[in-house]
Amino acid sequence: MEIVYVYTRKRSQFGRPCSFSDRPAKVNVDIPPDPSMASSFILRNPVDSYVQHTSDMSEHEVNTERVEVESRGVNHVEGGWPKDINPQEAEQTIRFRKKVEKDENYINTIVHLGTLMEHCVKQNNAINIYEEYFGEEEMAEMEDEPPSAKTINVISKLTSFFDVLLSKRDPNVTKRTATHLSWHPDTSKKLAVAYSSLEFQQNMKDMSFDSYIWDLENPNKPELVLKPSSPLVTLEYNPKDSHLLVGGCYNGQMAYWDTRKGGLPVEVSTVEVSHRDPVYGAIWLQSKTGTECFSASTDGQVLWWDIRKLSEPTDSLVLDITRKGLLENALGAVTLEFEPTMPTKFMVGTEQGIVIACNRKAKTPPEKITSTYSGHIGPVYALARNPFYPKIFLTVGDWTARIWSEETKESSIMWTKYHLSYLTDGCWSTVKPAVFFTTRSDGTLDIWDFLFKQNDPSLSLKVCNEPLSSLRLQDNGCVVACGSKLGTVTLLEISSGLCTLQRNEKALATAMFERETKREKILEARRREMRLKERARSEGQEMEVEERPVENPQEVLNRARREFFEVIEAELQRRTRPETQCLHGKVLGTARTGNHGRDSLPWGGGQGSSSAFQVKDRVGDEAAAQGEESQLPKEKEEEEEEKDAA
Amino acid sequence: AEVEETLKRIQAHKGVIATMVINAEGIPIRTTLDNSTTVQYAGLLHQLTTKARSTVRDIDPQNDLTFLRIRSKKHEIMIAPDKEYLLIVIQNPCK
Repeated sequence: MEIVYVYTRKRSQFGRPCSFSDRPAKVNVDIPPDPSMASSFILRNPVDSYVQHTSDMSEHEVNTERVEVESRGVNHVEGGWPKDINPQEAEQTIRFRKKVEKDENYINTIVHLGTLMEHCVKQNNAINIYEEYFGEEEMAEMEDEPPSAKTINVISKLTSFFDVLLSKRDPNVTKRTATHLSWHPDTSKKLAVAYSSLEFQQNMKDMSFDSYIWDLENPNKPELVLKPSSPLVTLEYNPKDSHLLVGGCYNGQMAYWDTRKGGLPVEVSTVEVSHRDPVYGAIWLQSKTGTECFSASTDGQVLWWDIRKLSEPTDSLVLDITRKGLLENALGAVTLEFEPTMPTKFMVGTEQGIVIACNRKAKTPPEKITSTYSGHIGPVYALARNPFYPKIFLTVGDWTARIWSEETKESSIMWTKYHLSYLTDGCWSTVKPAVFFTTRSDGTLDIWDFLFKQNDPSLSLKVCNEPLSSLRLQDNGCVVACGSKLGTVTLLEISSGLCTLQRNEKALATAMFERETKREKILEARRREMRLKERARSEGQEMEVEERPVENPQEVLNRARREFFEVIEAELQRRTRPETQCLHGKVLGTARTGNHGRDSLPWGGGQGSSSAFQVKDRVGDEAAAQGEESQLPKEKEEEEEEKDAA
Repeated sequence: AEVEETLKRIQAHKGVIATMVINAEGIPIRTTLDNSTTVQYAGLLHQLTTKARSTVRDIDPQNDLTFLRIRSKKHEIMIAPDKEYLLIVIQNPCK
């Protein structure tokens, strides 16, 4: 409702002085109350109103400028000589010295000081006050302190460094993931980090391709900048010659650097014979010349190179587990592992979750692949052999880390529980046989001590908020470096309890691994027996049933599906039967029995299967409704038998 | 002559590596080491002695520095200061 009062005046009358006069009050607008609107009033009871009393505060930010510190040396120059004497002239200085020595004061002083000094010198010779007095007493062996780790250094790519160089560009430099770390083999004070962006097709134009070598004494500026033609995904120091580094690029090429020669690669492999996908793993080989290396990539090939001649690979292997050598069937490799003590064997972890063990010296290409281990649902991101027990190796992928023994091919001997986030990298400790490290995509570093506790990590540290992408332990076993998705490398020093070998630890670890291996072997053998029994029994049943000989595929499919669902149905019923007796109304499919590996069902072992249960449960109900009831008791009978055998 | 004798005696003790006499301006008067090392020691130790002396006197003005010993991993540097001169001896005190 608008109240408008219009006031008009002629233009010619503008600007005239105003004359004010009094007027009685005049009602301009009168709006009477409208009783009909009273009905639309809603009485509110109670009424919420709030009062706040706080002290006044204001927010300020302070940020200091980063101070750059540089080490410099000071040069001492002789000084203090009186003006007339030139310190370079020997004659003048000698004359001066002689003059001083003749001074009486000098003689007295020196004699006096001499006696004082002699007293002290003799004192020193008499007793060495800093000698070890209680050297025989040994420190207590028990480490009672809880395991801990502390950050000693954080190396992040310096944006101001870039600002200086590229002052006209946008100061937001695209952050790249630190995909691979390699410690300098001798000094352990230098770290080579490969940076690249592994997001598919998200490379910004201004993303730089460089990777850096950092010196730990100087975390602000990289010691050397490596400039490949395409970002490096992996980078390794040559363990024999610490000046050489080999790197695998995002576009599949291999390049090698000599740190004495600067930042550009000394040689780069030709594009036609290189990999066709990013090179995910590159490792130096043990060879007499110290110049051989090999690389693996997701295009399914493993190529061997001699870095003196990077124009073509010396050998190649296609990761096809059907052993036909077809590139189409090949699995993409994501990690590579090589143990210097077993120079002909190496292992490859693939994108499909299978680990392939290969023998380089096999005669025919199909025989090069000796065995496969499948156990992960997602890509195997890390693969490492235990430095103390070469037959035991660790794989990290999807949500678990698994420990395998080379002899048991069916499944891993030990595994961690399923985490909530992806595990991205892992490695063994170089000093303790049962300790290993894993990094997660929620930025946590886990340290597991399998002798001590197998359910949880011994130490779990939140390193940063972004996912951690790579992990590398220094050779002394105390310092670990983790690289994150945004390019920050954090160095942590772990407490001595986790990096010193206790007296009986080796024996205990050996015993544990042997025990687990034996257990797996027994389980494997039993499973094989059961399968044989199954097959024998089902063959016997086939002769009884009539319409077996000719069945079109559709019927086979239907029959398979029916039997499958019936088995599930039976299993669920078996599980819920005791449950419904005690607890009424428990939801089907969420019942858990405590045994993981001992289930007779082929998909046992893991919490990931519970959701599978639920989905199939509903479908299974429908299918089983139409299924044959006669088969059901037979299946159940088999279930009971299998359970008894297990 | 007595000066010579004193210095020679000190130098002859077991473990003594070097002996030096420095004047108040930092000029080495007498030394058994080479020139560049002596100059370095002279410059550094002179300043250190001055600092040490001023520290002692700050705490108690009646006090004064009589002797300064710096023990390091490799050897011990002993400095006997005076108003005008400094006698420096470097000894290796291992038994």
